[in-house]
Amino acid sequence: MTLMKKTAAELQALLHNREVSVKEVTEDSFKQIAALDGKVKAFLALTEEEALAKAEALDNSSIEGRGPLFGLPIGIKDNIVTKGTATTCASKMLENFVPVYNATAVEKVNDAGMVSVGKLNMDEFAMGSTTERSAFQTTHNPWNLDCVPGGSSGGSAAAVAAGEVPFSLGTDTGGSVRQPAAFCGVVGMKPTYGRVSRSGLVAFASSLDQIGPITRTVEDNALLLNAISGVDHRDSSSSPQQVPDFKAALTGDIKGLRIAVPKEYLGEGIEEDVKDKVRASLKVLESLGASIGEVTLPHSKYASSTYYTIATAEASSNLARFDGIRYGYRSESAKNLEEIYLRSRSEGFGTEVKKRIMYGTYALSADHHEELYVKAMKVRTLIAQDFASVFNNYDVIVGPTSATTAYEIGGVAENQVTLYANDILTVSVNLAGIPAISIPCGFSNGLPVGLQIIGKHFDEALIYKVAHAFEQATDFHKRTPSIGEGTN
Amino acid sequence: MNFETIVGLEVHVELKTDTKIFSPAPSHYGAEPNMNIHVKDLAYPGTLPTLNKQAVDFGMKASMALNCEVADVMNFDRKHYFYPDNPAAYQISQDKRPVGQNGWIEIEVEGKKKKIRIERVHLEEDAGKLTHSDNGYSLVDLNRQGTPLIEIVTEADIRSPEEAYAFLEKLKAIIQYTGVSDVRMEEGSLRCDANISLRPFGQEKFGTKTELKNLNSFNFVRRGIANEVERQEKILLSGEEIQQETRRYDEATGQTVLMRIKGSANDYRFINDPDLPEIHIDQEWKERVRAEIPELPDARKARYVNDLELSEYDAHVLTLTKEMSDFFDATVEAGADAKLASNWLMGEVSAYLNAEQKELHDTALTPEGLSSMIKLITDGTISSKIAKKVFKELIENGGNAADIVKEKGLVQISDEGTLRTIVTEILDANEQSIEDFKNGKDRAVGFLVGQVMKATKGQANPPLVNKILLEEINKR
Amino acid sequence: MTKFTAEDVHYFANFAKLTFSDQEAEVFSEIISELVEFGDALKEVDTDNIEPMTHPLQMFNVLREDVPQDVLDRDEMLASVKEHEDGMIKVPNIL
Repeated sequence: MTLMKKTAAELQALLHNREVSVKEVTEDSFKQIAALDGKVKAFLALTEEEALAKAEALDNSSIEGRGPLFGLPIGIKDNIVTKGTATTCASKMLENFVPVYNATAVEKVNDAGMVSVGKLNMDEFAMGSTTERSAFQTTHNPWNLDCVPGGSSGGSAAAVAAGEVPFSLGTDTGGSVRQPAAFCGVVGMKPTYGRVSRSGLVAFASSLDQIGPITRTVEDNALLLNAISGVDHRDSSSSPQQVPDFKAALTGDIKGLRIAVPKEYLGEGIEEDVKDKVRASLKVLESLGASIGEVTLPHSKYASSTYYTIATAEASSNLARFDGIRYGYRSESAKNLEEIYLRSRSEGFGTEVKKRIMYGTYALSADHHEELYVKAMKVRTLIAQDFASVFNNYDVIVGPTSATTAYEIGGVAENQVTLYANDILTVSVNLAGIPAISIPCGFSNGLPVGLQIIGKHFDEALIYKVAHAFEQATDFHKRTPSIGEGTN
Repeated sequence: MNFETIVGLEVHVELKTDTKIFSPAPSHYGAEPNMNIHVKDLAYPGTLPTLNKQAVDFGMKASMALNCEVADVMNFDRKHYFYPDNPAAYQISQDKRPVGQNGWIEIEVEGKKKKIRIERVHLEEDAGKLTHSDNGYSLVDLNRQGTPLIEIVTEADIRSPEEAYAFLEKLKAIIQYTGVSDVRMEEGSLRCDANISLRPFGQEKFGTKTELKNLNSFNFVRRGIANEVERQEKILLSGEEIQQETRRYDEATGQTVLMRIKGSANDYRFINDPDLPEIHIDQEWKERVRAEIPELPDARKARYVNDLELSEYDAHVLTLTKEMSDFFDATVEAGADAKLASNWLMGEVSAYLNAEQKELHDTALTPEGLSSMIKLITDGTISSKIAKKVFKELIENGGNAADIVKEKGLVQISDEGTLRTIVTEILDANEQSIEDFKNGKDRAVGFLVGQVMKATKGQANPPLVNKILLEEINKR
Repeated sequence: MTKFTAEDVHYFANFAKLTFSDQEAEVFSEIISELVEFGDALKEVDTDNIEPMTHPLQMFNVLREDVPQDVLDRDEMLASVKEHEDGMIKVPNIL
């Protein structure tokens, strides 16, 4: 069996006992990628030479001070900048863009002794929930290659699910870590806004974006979040809040835990099979000593409208810098400055990105600023208040991560609003800035179902505790897609 | 003139910080192109702004010096427009919650005092520099990108080009006193745009305004406004309407020239910058900054007039720059007579600085040096004439007046016996002049005094020479 | 329902520095109209006396000391620039 399906603790034991070297672990990752990625298409770029050189250096390094992630391979979503390695955001606009600095999260995984093996596919500029909107390739769901892996961090989730890497970094602006984690049957955490530095994360919607870890197990996820968290002087919105030892929270004991289940989360539009798996999961949690109460999040029906207004407004601002002047795509046919702007941007961006820039521009324009942009920020306040009142009486909120399981590639109706409505379970969490995890909680027609656990600001430790307790009581995380079998 | 002139000014002042407002790249004038840059200044993907504390302090300080209310809570907004000198395609500025609001400064034109209200003072980042060439290309230097600026916006309270000039002169002095900027128009650390309109006297409603740019000196501001007023007046008198537009002052022709017509095409789509948390300014912070503000020109001027009995005019000129005013204060502090110190600074010192194109700190003159010289004049050790020689030495090589006088033997001869001997010798040699004097030619005395001064190399005490001369002539 | 017309597409595209053929503008007017309708749903929410939430966290006064650091190397910067001259980025004039 491949090493890529082992946990960090298992791999650490092997490394410690010198049964394998970091180089062998790294080589195994590339071997898996070579065997599988032709079908999964999770990676946009591999950095084999650098990775193997680093692995060798790590093997020769002192045994002192090696942490729990030492020597372990990781894939990085392609909207997180990596010095010297192209960072494309899966856009023609940045096809040949090579950053001159590392994102803080990348520096931190490097400092933890992790070995970055390459960059992962995504929806262009993280705008989408299928990874079909990559300008370069469509990633396939390892559980069923005809299905999407979800998105926008589809490459990050699929690579872990397929056993190409045990760890990856994704980003979550409106569910982009959790939903693909759910679709691919892995663990994906959207930390509290400000927990992880955004320095080096190519901004989509700055007040919503967070980098989050994707792993096979809850414990591995907690380890990776510990490694990348913390205040950063380069990101003024990163929080000075102390980062606890998340692994220490994994006691398995959730007796007395008060779980809220919003009725909107098991209501209209959610597939029956998904509801069933979530209800069954709640039973498991109950059996572990938790109590369940139904609550309401009255403004959640506006979450999607609020999200799209704020996210596109911020995106129209953040993506204005791609103008073909200092870096990135420049139209060959442009003859003057105005043409450089118009043509480079029109040729460099895909349809989804242009659509969102257009709507964001409209929402910020003088005539609509108040009724759309400012209004959305006010509704955002109400949405955050909804969560705050639930957390007055409950410890966590539990529900599905996604209304459906993974759908067929190309199978989503062209009606965009249908797609957006699917976000309703995830975007309100980003609007409130609170943390949430998706963990596997069952299968429907062979495709994974994700359970979402939402917590208070900076309460990731409790989320991990609940997720871990559930994981230990079930075996969904032990199942792996057949695509990975037969290698090694 | 059938119309009343209405002018409002928008003044940009670069703050003298060591780093940029939103990045830690160095911020200073005169570096090689693109050497003072940071990944944020290039708007590289993933970069974030970090707010310079000093820039906030400076913005507060300037606001306070301009009598503004300083915000309790402020934030930064993005203002969007595409241009090669604006890498992010947005400028980080302040829209609804600026650092300062509702201020004023007092100006004086033709003896009349008037308050010009300041609507707001906001913090923002400067753009890069574009150099246009003739071959169809421009070159972008981003050293200036991110330099902290304050924009000072006046109410439309200015009624003449002279008032605009006086406002800028006063504004410059105040800002310079606070030490937050060099306020050098020639280096671009102070820039001014003017909004100009006319209305019939007695009418309350403002007329359509034009915005005038490229005003590169206070004099050009004055001339530019005057020219634009003239242009608008002609249009209105001919029964036509003023078009809302941006115009440029052409220094060569002295005319204003159309740049672009304003329309709905400007929509900056302001958005709260999500990368920058709000700034809460409590009383303690405000008091700390307020305590750092030195005595400002108006207060100094009042002190000079009331305590030191200088004329309004002298007090005004001395306080125009902080350097001159500080120098004056230090000279008086060192024991010089205030009136004499003022005369010397406004006379010989200013003349020297103008002729040499220098500023005070470029010379060797110190307040102690100037004071030592003035004290020698006051106690009669040297004459004003000798003082000019001493002054030249002081401003070029520095030092102390007493040493120079001693070294060069320039001490005034005030000993009556010595002078009487010399006078007697001169009178003996100039019988004709005595005759002329006695015949009523007063000029003759002047000639004789001159001869005495010549004989003493200018060191004789002139009043004493006069007195002895008359006594000796009368004896003959 | 607010209709986002092809004309609107051209008008807002100008601010966003995007360009669309008339045919594309028709297509975009349809898909953006859906978003506009989506956004219109916010109008029914009562937000009287509600403050807009500009930041997800209650943080303030994050300030940096005025000390220079992390200067970007000019040659590194110019490496990703299409055209440059004398250390400066070369761009065509506006028209």
